[in-house]
Amino acid sequence: MTPSDIIAFLQQHHAESVVSAVADGPYPHALVKAEGLAAVAAFLKTQPRLRFDLLRCISAIDWPAKNNIELAYDVISTSLGHAFAIKVVVDRADPRVESVSTVWPAAEWHEREAFDLMGVEFLHHPDLRRILMPEDWPGHPLRKDYQDIVEYRGLKFNP
Amino acid sequence: MALIEGIFEPGLVVTTVDWVLNWSRKRSIFPMTFGIACCAIEMIATGAARFDIDRFGSGAFRATPRQADLMIVAGTVTFKMAERLRRLWEQMAEPRYVIAMGACAISGGPYHVHGYHVVKGVDQVVPVDVYVPGCPPRPEALLEGIMRLQDKISTHTIAKR
Repeated sequence: MTPSDIIAFLQQHHAESVVSAVADGPYPHALVKAEGLAAVAAFLKTQPRLRFDLLRCISAIDWPAKNNIELAYDVISTSLGHAFAIKVVVDRADPRVESVSTVWPAAEWHEREAFDLMGVEFLHHPDLRRILMPEDWPGHPLRKDYQDIVEYRGLKFNP
Repeated sequence: MALIEGIFEPGLVVTTVDWVLNWSRKRSIFPMTFGIACCAIEMIATGAARFDIDRFGSGAFRATPRQADLMIVAGTVTFKMAERLRRLWEQMAEPRYVIAMGACAISGGPYHVHGYHVVKGVDQVVPVDVYVPGCPPRPEALLEGIMRLQDKISTHTIAKR
């Protein structure tokens, strides 16, 4: 299916969740409401005509000026050979979104990474802990307004 | 030397305890199997046939800190790793030596300004004997570092100072 077919198909079945969509250009995607993400994800995975069985990555993008964090879920179908992406926008002050790890198990670690570095909270995630930084690290380093630490367990940041 | 020259039988070796201890010690510096970033690839190349670290007696990479004499910090040390690195160093038997290999281990290297998670120099964590600069250093540079460490070992003495 081409991106425009996928978008038309999505809008047909999940019209209430799809906010907008881009069919052309290098990154065809659909912007989905945060509360509709779980349903859309399950639809993408299980619909026989879509069969997006592989979640390639979850990207979190920090937009301080817009005061939101954008999440991009890149999915491909290994059996049908097409690719697509869905985006979700969450509030920067309180970023919460439903976990898709029940749909794609690969999401589990990607979501842990987004939580670790961007501070996005994934609801109903089985094991939402930091994955890269130490457990007691302050803040989320890839936020645009992140301030470097002064000291960590006796080690100076700028000796 | 002139007074005692030529009075012993041929085949008798005369030396000092210091010299023979240091000689044996510096020619059997066993490094720890420990690489934490891309510098480790150069360390592996140093260990392989082309550069052959075995020529200097340092080819026996030990898989445990308890058998190792030398820790080659080959790579970027993060704050999370620093604690583990310190613990490994503490498990090594004395005399123990540390080579800081590459820009990251010396000063944070490319992560010096924007590395939110990088320790700016492993000498904050463990005492470093030899610094080998480069990004990454060539295997020859690491061999040079081992030779400088050998020079350092040959100055040791068992006498009280």
